[in-house]
This record gives sequence, structure tokens and C-alpha cells, in this order.
Amino acid sequence: MSQETLFTLALVVWLVPLLDFAVLIFFHKRLPRSGDWFGTSILFGALILSFVILFTKLNVYHDQTLQTSVTWVDFGSVPGLGPLQINLGIMIDNIAAIMLVVVCIVSSLVHLFSIGYMKDDVRYGRYYAYLGLFSFSMLGIVLTNNLLLMYVSWELVGLSSYLLIGHWFEKKSASDASKKAFIVTRIGDVGMFIGILILFQTFHTFTFDTIFEAMKAGQIPFGSEAWLTAAGLLIFCGAVGKSAQFPLHVWLPDAMEGPTPVSALIHAATMVAAGVYLVTRTFAMMTADALIVIACIGAITAFISATIAIAQNDIKKVLAYSTVSQLGYMIMGLGVGAYSAGFFHLTTHAMFKAGLFLGSGSVIYAMHNALHHANDHSTDAQDIRNMGGLRTKMPVTFWTFLMYTLAISGVPLTSGFLSKDEILAGTLAFGNLHGGWHWLIPVTGFFVAGLTAFYMFRLVILTFLGEHKDPHRFESVHESPWVMTVPLVVLAVLSFFAFYSFNPIGASSGWFYHAVTRPESVVPAAAAAVNTELFTEALHHAHSLAMLLSLTVAGIGILIAFTTYYWKKINADAVAAAPVAKVLYRFFLNKWYFDEFYQFTVVRGTDIIANAYRGFDNVIIDGIVNGVAKWTVGITHGVKHTWEEGIAGSIFYLIIFALLSLFIGWQVTFGLLGGNGGTLALIECGVLGLGSAALSFFLFYVGVGGFDNKIIDGMVNLVAYLGGFFGLLARKLQTGKVQTYLAFALFGVMVFFLWFR
Amino acid sequence: MEEVVKFLQHPGLTHYLILSGLLFSLGLFAVLTRRNAIMVLMGVELILNAANINFVAFSRYVSTSIDGHVVAIFVIILAAAEAAIMLAIVLNIYQNFNTVNVDDINQLKD
Repeated sequence: MSQETLFTLALVVWLVPLLDFAVLIFFHKRLPRSGDWFGTSILFGALILSFVILFTKLNVYHDQTLQTSVTWVDFGSVPGLGPLQINLGIMIDNIAAIMLVVVCIVSSLVHLFSIGYMKDDVRYGRYYAYLGLFSFSMLGIVLTNNLLLMYVSWELVGLSSYLLIGHWFEKKSASDASKKAFIVTRIGDVGMFIGILILFQTFHTFTFDTIFEAMKAGQIPFGSEAWLTAAGLLIFCGAVGKSAQFPLHVWLPDAMEGPTPVSALIHAATMVAAGVYLVTRTFAMMTADALIVIACIGAITAFISATIAIAQNDIKKVLAYSTVSQLGYMIMGLGVGAYSAGFFHLTTHAMFKAGLFLGSGSVIYAMHNALHHANDHSTDAQDIRNMGGLRTKMPVTFWTFLMYTLAISGVPLTSGFLSKDEILAGTLAFGNLHGGWHWLIPVTGFFVAGLTAFYMFRLVILTFLGEHKDPHRFESVHESPWVMTVPLVVLAVLSFFAFYSFNPIGASSGWFYHAVTRPESVVPAAAAAVNTELFTEALHHAHSLAMLLSLTVAGIGILIAFTTYYWKKINADAVAAAPVAKVLYRFFLNKWYFDEFYQFTVVRGTDIIANAYRGFDNVIIDGIVNGVAKWTVGITHGVKHTWEEGIAGSIFYLIIFALLSLFIGWQVTFGLLGGNGGTLALIECGVLGLGSAALSFFLFYVGVGGFDNKIIDGMVNLVAYLGGFFGLLARKLQTGKVQTYLAFALFGVMVFFLWFR
Repeated sequence: MEEVVKFLQHPGLTHYLILSGLLFSLGLFAVLTRRNAIMVLMGVELILNAANINFVAFSRYVSTSIDGHVVAIFVIILAAAEAAIMLAIVLNIYQNFNTVNVDDINQLKD
């Protein structure tokens, strides 16, 4: 297959979801079943094409980066800069091809799943339209070869995320959550935008490759490595916002107000992974300092959200914090230099986390129906304390959910084990290479791995094992329909190791690691991170140890979960009530009080500033505007009117008019005539003086309003009167007889003939 | 006398223009004097045909192209359409006023 065909296919994959959106948003009411079949089949078509692209890319163009651009804007020759063009284009390298498949798989399965989950929804058609818009925007992020198109798509996914979180906007919490998601991610995006501008200022292009080549040739922003680090970190800010990294992670758990399939698609598998994707795209330009910051942010995020996740009781909240934690893992992996591992974890995580969310959607759907059946409107269908024992009623959901949980906990033979292991090995290698406090990062990594295993098994045990809380309700719990279970099974299958590497304990021998190799750094050698050979060497040494340790901590986590929640050897409530643990528990349960902290600082601060501005607007700006208006009213009505209004204002206007007429008289007599015209000038002076005096008296007395009333209106009325007069005359001609009119017309024509003869 | 005979023996542009002028005058007369709306319409048709004769005659004697012929055919088509619409209007007038006398239909006056 030629490259052109490949580009055409990629364009088709990218653009058909847009077509899907356009058709559904306008015609969903006219289409049967609101057009869900349309969106779903389009996405499955795109999935097939993306598989074709991936196979072609890997088999034919394995080591090439294919890209094509068009000139979007040509500024011609810009003064002081030379020719300037803005090129937009698409790029298909291995990570783009893989990401394309990931997005299409998850998106198409979510489309399918939603047919069941969103059945009878109020805005069913619009929901599918937005899913199409999201798919289009996300594929744009994946395929673009430049920062500008990346940024545009970046905002578009933000928009579709906003629309879908707020899908049930009648609920206050949902509309608040959508606004929060949009605004918080915007904060990161502003940083990203500044970063893009720094790069554009230096390189005059948005294209990744051109920037990297120029950097490799020694050109860096403002000739300073600090600026390069800043540019890298500012672009990373975009990832912090979109991938919900500390300190902007607060929006993602709230985003769970959206429909669950949306959480699976946007807030678990694809959009939040876009930040990670951005970092992989710009990895080559990250300096060592920037990478360390990235690693620390990732580790902090992973740690904070994992601790919060163990205390949550809402099934989706647990998964949300787990997502934040895993995203932190990926970012940490990239930060320590384990490029392939970070991206690998992104891929595997997309599969099992989408699965977890869809599984939870299936559970919520079943619980919701059961509660509805029992006429119970007060019980929370998402609270895991109300569940339990669902294993027998929902076997497919249970077994697939268990598979995902094993994967996310890092149990061998799963994809999660492979990728997590590589990240942890990377952190160990990083600690080895740098020493000192850098060891904190691997320690955090392993600790979080244990926590992940613990809270995920807590979730599984409380939801699926044990006894159900309400036997009556339990009767009416049913397995979900096939449209919902098929995606679960597919994703569960994709969570096996074999799809990524045939070696169950080493990802590095699989096709994935051959396809995704760490790009050579393009930053100046002094600022670059440890080079690939050294890192790979260290990674190799750390590998066995990492595997051993990760198995151990995962095992401990799972064991604790079972002793606490299944065998009930440890009483969780008693632990939570113990003196020190109580404080910690409350701290975790309240999400480290991040929301309260932001409420108190950022929101309150914004309110204070806004109030100050409002005061300024009310007093100063409105004062000026109202003052001008009063002035105008005073002038038009004249002093006579104003005199009655108030004596002080009138004296003011009197003085103003006196000064004005003096000024005019002075200007006219001495300025225009030069003041040396002899007798004539004297006479003119006198006439003008008298005239201006008369005018000012007129203005003093009746004001401009009087002038308007008497003279202007008089003229207008005269014209109207004349019009009326001639109209009455002409009326005589109007006989109502067609033939008379024709005779007049004939007469007119003849007159014209004579006239223009 | 001789000149008159010669003139009549050699038809040229002038003849056609005179014919068309006569036709136009007759049409105009009909339009202006007839009381019956149908007759007025017939007058209009005459005027249109007078114009047609002019077109064809000028096309034949002045220019070498067939533009005039084309326009004449165009006018004929338009006249057909116009006649259809006008007759429909007359029919409506008859249904509303119970007459086709144009003098009685002077309600636009007020």
C-alpha cells in the first residue's frame, strides 16, 4: 500500500466521525432509533480502517515516520523574518497508528455499549452526535503533526467532554461538574498555549519534526536552556490539565457525573490519555530538569489519588481516582525516561480501564433497574456499600471485571502486569542512575502499586462477592443485555498479555516494544537526560528486581483486601475509627480537602478581585458614562430647563458656554482673519462677536433642544406639509380606471421620447 | 406617383416598420378604449406582436445575426405565459366582481 493511500485512509478515519456528528446533530430526530446505528457503524468502520493502517505501518513502513502537510496560511515574506508559512498536516508514526487503533476500539465499543446503557435517554440522539464529535477531535490529536492542530483538537476534546459531562444538565451537580472540568483544564491549556508560543517565536513553525530538527542543530528558545525547560514544562501544563495531574486533578472525579460510557471513553481511556500522548510527542525536546519535574508530578499524583481511592464508596469515584493514579503512573514513567513503558501503559490501561468503567456501568444499570423495580428512589445505585453478591446474578460482568482488576493490579499473564512492571523497572533504573532523593520515586511507585491492588480488590469484593445487602432487591438484579456484555468481553480479552508480547514476563520482546522506541533527545547534551543506552542498561538490571517487588506488593495488597473485606479478619470500620487512622481516613475520604482548599483560595480570590472590578465599574466607569449623559441632557435642554433642575449645574453650564463663545470669537477674529484687516476686520469682528453672543444667548436660554424644536423640526414639518399638499393634488389623477393609468403612462413615455430625442 | 409605385414594389425595412407601427397603434387603441378586459388583453397581444415584427425586421436588415429572431421567439413564449396568467386573473376578477368590465373595477382608488 502506498503512502498516499495510507494518508487517505487516515484522513477518512479522522473525518468520518465528523460526518457522523454533522449528520446526527442535525438529523437525529428524523433517523430511526435516533441514528445510534449510524454512529456505531461509522465507528466500527473507522476501527477496521485503523487496523489496516496499523498493520500496514508496522509491516511495510516500520521504521519510517510518514507525514504530509498542506500550507494553511502563507504570510509571504514577513519583514524582519523572511518567508513565513503555517503548515498543517498529519503524521503516521508507530505511536500514532497504535493510538488510532486504541481510540477506535474504545470509541466503537462505547458506542455499542451505549445502545444498552443509554436506552430511553432524553437526549439519546444528541448523545451519539457528541460521541462522534469527541471521536473526531481525539483522532485529530492522534494524527496531527503540529502543535497548532494539536491545540485545536485539544480544545475540541475539552468541548466534547464538557458537553458529555453535562449531558444530564438538569442535575445541578452535572452542570457544575461540566463547568469545573472545562475551566480547570483550561488553566492547563493556557500554559500549553504559552509554551506553543515560545516555540513558535523561536522556530516560526508548529510542526514537531521541524522544531526538533532545528533544536538538534543547536537552536533553542532565546538561546537559553532555561527557556527550553520552561517551554517543555508549559507544554506539559496542558497535559497536567487534560490528564488530571496534581494540582489540576480535581476535575476528573467530578466528571463522573456524566453517563458511565462517557467516563469510560473520555475520562478513562482516551482524552485523559491525550496528555500522556502529548508528552510522548514532545518527549524529545524535554530537558533533564523538565523530565524530573514531570516524574515528580506523576509520582505525587499517583500517590495522592491512590490514597483517596481507598476511602471512596462510590464505584465510579473509586475508578476515577484509580484513573488519576494510573495516569500519574504513565506520566511518572515518561518522566523517568521509560518512554516505551509509559506509552505501553497508556495502551493497556485504555483497554482495562475502559472495561472497568463499562463494567461499572453494567453494574449501575442493573442496580438502577433493580431499585426502580423495587420502587426505591432513595438508595444510591452507585454506592458499593449497597451492593455485594452480584457475582451469581451477573456472571459475565463479574468475570470480565475480575479480569480488568487483575490487569490493573499487575497480576501476571495480564497486560497490566507487563506495562506496570516496565514502568516500575524504569523508576528503579532512574533511582539507580540518579541516587539520593530520586529513590523516592520508585518507592512511591511500588507503594502505589500495592494500594492499587488493595482498593481494586476492595471494590471487587464489596461489589461482587459476599452477600447482597437487600435480598428483595437482589431478586430483580439481572445481567445486562448483549450490547453491553459484548464490549466487556472484547476488552477483557484485550487485557491478556498475548496481544502485546508473547513473553508473559517481558514486554521488551514483543512487537509493541519494537514499534515504540524512545526517540533520541534533541536538546543540547548538557541539558539532556540520561541517554537511551545507559538507561536501557540500567533498566535491564532493574528488571528482575522490579518484577519481584511488584508481585510482592500486589500480592500484599490483594491479601489485605481479602482479609479485610472477604474473610473479615480485620474490621475496616474499627481501623477507620482508630486514633491516627481516623484522621487519615477522614483526610482521604474528603479527597485531601483539595476542593475546599481551592474554594478558599482560588475561587474566593477570584470573587474578591471580581468584586473589586465591579466596584470600579459601578463607581468610575458608570460615573463617567452617566456624567456624560447628564451633560448632554443639560446642553440639549438648555439652561432654562437646567435652571429649574438645580442652580449649581446651571451656573456651571453658563460658565462653559461663556468660555466657549469667547473662545470661538477669539479664534475667528484673530485666528482666521489675522487681526490686521483694518476697518473691514473691525466690522467683521463686531458682526461675529454679536453673532456669537446671540448664539450663546440662544443656547443659554433655550438650548440646543430649542434649536432642534424650532428650526430643524420646522424644516422637516415643512417638507412633510409640502409632500401632503402635492399628494392631495396628485390624488385627483387617481381615477381607479386602468385605462386612464395606461393613458398617463403612454403620455409619460412620449414625453421621455421627446426629451431624450 | 412613380416613386410611390417604386416604393411599393421594393419592400424593405421601412415597410415592416410601418406595418409594426400600425399594429402597435391598433393594439394601443384596443387597450385604451375597450371596456372588456379580454379585449384589452388582445390589444396587449397585438402590441407584443408589433414588437416582434420590429425585432425580426431589424435582425434581417440591420444586423447579420439571428439575435432578433431568438428574442422574438422568446417574446412569443413569454406572451403565451402572460396570456395564461392574465386569463387566470380575468377569471378571478369575474368570480369576484361578476363582471369583466374594467371601468367597474376601480376599488384600488380608495
